[in-house]
Amino acid sequence: MTDQKPALRLEGIVKTFPGVRALDGVSFAVQPGEVHALMGENGAGKSTLMKVLGGIYQPEEGRIFIDERETVMRGPLEAKANGVMFIHQELSLAEEISVAENIYLGELPRKSFGRVDWDTLYSRTDAILEKLKVSFNARTRVGDLSIANQQMVEIARALTVDARAVIFDEPTASLTDAEKSVLFDVIADLKAQGVGIIYISHRMEEIFRITDRISVLRDGAYRGTLETAKTDEDEITRMMIGRSLDLTRRQAPATPGPVALRVEGLSCGDLFQDAHFEVREGEVLGFYGLVGAGRTEIAETLFGLRKPTSGRIFLKGEEVTITSPIDAIARGISLVPESRKEQGLVLGMNCRDNITLPQVGDLTAGPFVSDGAEISIYDQYRDRLQIKSPSWRTTVGNLSGGNQQKIVIGKWLSMRPEVLIVDEPTRGIDVGSKSEIHNLLRELAKQGYAVIVISSEMPEVLHVSDRIVAMYHGRVMREFTAEEVTEDSLIQAISGIEGSAA
Amino acid sequence: MADTAMKSIGGVLARQGILVAFILFMVGFTLWNPRFIDPDNVFGVIRSSAILGVMALGVTFVVIGGNLDLSVGSMLSFSAIVVLDLHENPAFGPALAIPAMFALTLCLGAINGFLIGYLRLNSLIVTLGMLSAIHGLTLTWSGGQNMDIANQNETWFGVFGRGSALGVPIPVLIFIGLAAILGILLGKTPFGRKVYAVGGNGTAATFSGIPRARVVFITYLVSAFCVATAGLIQASRTMGAQNTVGQGLELEVLAAVILGGASLLGGSGTIFKTVIGVLILGFIQNGLLLAGLEFYVQFVVTWIIIILAVWLDIATKRGKLWSPIA
Ligand SMILES: Nc1ncnc2c1ncn2[C@@H]1O[C@H](COP(=O)(O)OP(=O)(O)OP(=O)(O)O)[C@@H](O)[C@H]1O
Ligand SMILES: [Mg+2]
Repeated sequence: MTDQKPALRLEGIVKTFPGVRALDGVSFAVQPGEVHALMGENGAGKSTLMKVLGGIYQPEEGRIFIDERETVMRGPLEAKANGVMFIHQELSLAEEISVAENIYLGELPRKSFGRVDWDTLYSRTDAILEKLKVSFNARTRVGDLSIANQQMVEIARALTVDARAVIFDEPTASLTDAEKSVLFDVIADLKAQGVGIIYISHRMEEIFRITDRISVLRDGAYRGTLETAKTDEDEITRMMIGRSLDLTRRQAPATPGPVALRVEGLSCGDLFQDAHFEVREGEVLGFYGLVGAGRTEIAETLFGLRKPTSGRIFLKGEEVTITSPIDAIARGISLVPESRKEQGLVLGMNCRDNITLPQVGDLTAGPFVSDGAEISIYDQYRDRLQIKSPSWRTTVGNLSGGNQQKIVIGKWLSMRPEVLIVDEPTRGIDVGSKSEIHNLLRELAKQGYAVIVISSEMPEVLHVSDRIVAMYHGRVMREFTAEEVTEDSLIQAISGIEGSAA
Repeated sequence: MADTAMKSIGGVLARQGILVAFILFMVGFTLWNPRFIDPDNVFGVIRSSAILGVMALGVTFVVIGGNLDLSVGSMLSFSAIVVLDLHENPAFGPALAIPAMFALTLCLGAINGFLIGYLRLNSLIVTLGMLSAIHGLTLTWSGGQNMDIANQNETWFGVFGRGSALGVPIPVLIFIGLAAILGILLGKTPFGRKVYAVGGNGTAATFSGIPRARVVFITYLVSAFCVATAGLIQASRTMGAQNTVGQGLELEVLAAVILGGASLLGGSGTIFKTVIGVLILGFIQNGLLLAGLEFYVQFVVTWIIIILAVWLDIATKRGKLWSPIA
């Protein structure tokens, strides 16, 4: 493979932002028909490197070669013209227009007098969508699609041209398993056509499943390339973060205290029905299920964002009605929401202000917000969660995806809640920080917090939970203790297989 | 070294595009007509900008909160007419007319705030509707007549528009004082922070336990309060008013806020920037007047300059002058 001409080669790329040297002379190459993983901690520079390649950022130094021809990418369209397609980490679609228009944005097929040729547009789009086995069509308005389906639209966009290289920046973060396997089929297809593929992900199992080689970035510098077949998790991790992680160590079970939260027969329309469960102080309760099983909706109901249609909620044995997030927060409930961009962060605000937002009314000196109190909270959670940001003044939107997620977690931890609900807490977070966050969740339980973890990643649920609730189609199918749970029984329960219901 | 110096200058330019445009404009006009920076002229501009400025302070809150307020122009007419009418009413007199007018104007703001904050109606539609509804209300109140104070020498009412303290006109003092207070409210208090959060990302604000509806509601009260203050200055200065005295001001106010760099999408802008925006607009109009342009030509030129300024602002942020959406 290595004696072939690379499909794509980068040489000495340097890119700086105010206060950060995001890329410090990075070089690497991708062969045709190769799936090349790009790995590194949050903020290592992966997305930035790809944006340079995609013409979104102009590097200060360095050169880009496509098929060994030096190419300057002055904008995304030029990158596309050179056969480089980009599936972004953060969605970048226009919500108000149709799937087809999004896919062909800027190059809609035309008839005479510049009129859009809608028939061609829709039929071309539907042909691509068919390959992706999606449930929507060319005419669907993008705003009506789920996040996962919007991701599929981004992927479809990459299939419209004869690409030389396709970049996937954390494409699976919000996909279901079924969607993931469609995506992997698409990648296999591209690979067979001799396209060079760059694949960014923090999920080791995916890396081992589909990639051929792995290049690692650390603090904006290139650290080396490994052959996937000849390496293991430990080696990659050490290259990424400079030390090994003991991921498999089972946490000692906590000794649970009194019941902090109990839910009896809670229902909310057709979102979920008749849920029963309880969490004790000092315990982590995991919620596992497929995307759409109703876990997020339960969390939102507990946080006062949805009104239950029936059922009762008890906090410390006392029945409560939670009518709003304000109410929930006052009762000591925190929710780290599922979507950091829509629900978790004010992207245009700085890091400090985002972290202190829920409690800004209490951080006062006289009538004014106390700068000192805010900064000390920021510093505390920056250190505790190892948030990488040039300063507290940095706009959150300029942080890397994983560091944004840490800001959301810091925001809710700093509320010192009694019941902490975290919904997909490690989405987009690197392996090192992921285990930090898992340890943190365990640690919080040990300190007496009642923690609820919602996750679609089985290893995560298995690793952090003392008990696991399995959900399927809005119903709690079964509850497992950490001792009795097995992967198989969990999979059965969340697929609604008969006989597993409690 | 020289390279980093260039870059940091570039950085300042990028962040302060509007300020740069302002300075260039001032320098250009002064070279062309030195009378432009004559202290008398400068103070004259500031004084005549005070009413617009006071209104823009309030609209800044609304815009940062992610909404629009197009009703401020007709609300100004309303407050001026009402305060003048009550002033002439023996049951009220100036001492009661002023608080009564503030209360009524705040009620109008509360209607805006309720419909937009609590009922989540579109602010463009609501305040555009309010623009004409308030106009109708004003005409009903006045019976279509102009309002005048009959015995102008026997009232202290003129102090807000005509008076001065330590040689500074009272309208200018009110503008500066209110700008300082509202600047602190927006920049230094929890409430101000919540306005930015609600305008920046309303959903995330809700998830953070911020009472979004109430925050929006209050921004409209702030806006109405500023309008009432501006109406007081207006009525006091002229001791009389037409039903249409505030007509068209809503767009000028919005222009000043946007010139200052607040985003129409919400979540960004500051009181200081708005003050700059107000001054830019004031000086542009003054410059055109000095250039001898007809009053109505001003509308066109003002608009062109606003577009240029906004474009320059965006262009410096993007780092290029031309960025076709392809
Ligand atoms: N537009 C920007 N302005 C300022 N700094 C930026 C900008 N974009 C990225 N950065 C900074 O550059 C560094 C690299 O960010 P990048 O997004 O490339 O990380 P990443 O490797 O993709 O991380 P993640 O795994 O979290 O997605 C970070 O420190 C980030 O804060
Ligand atoms: Mg990234």
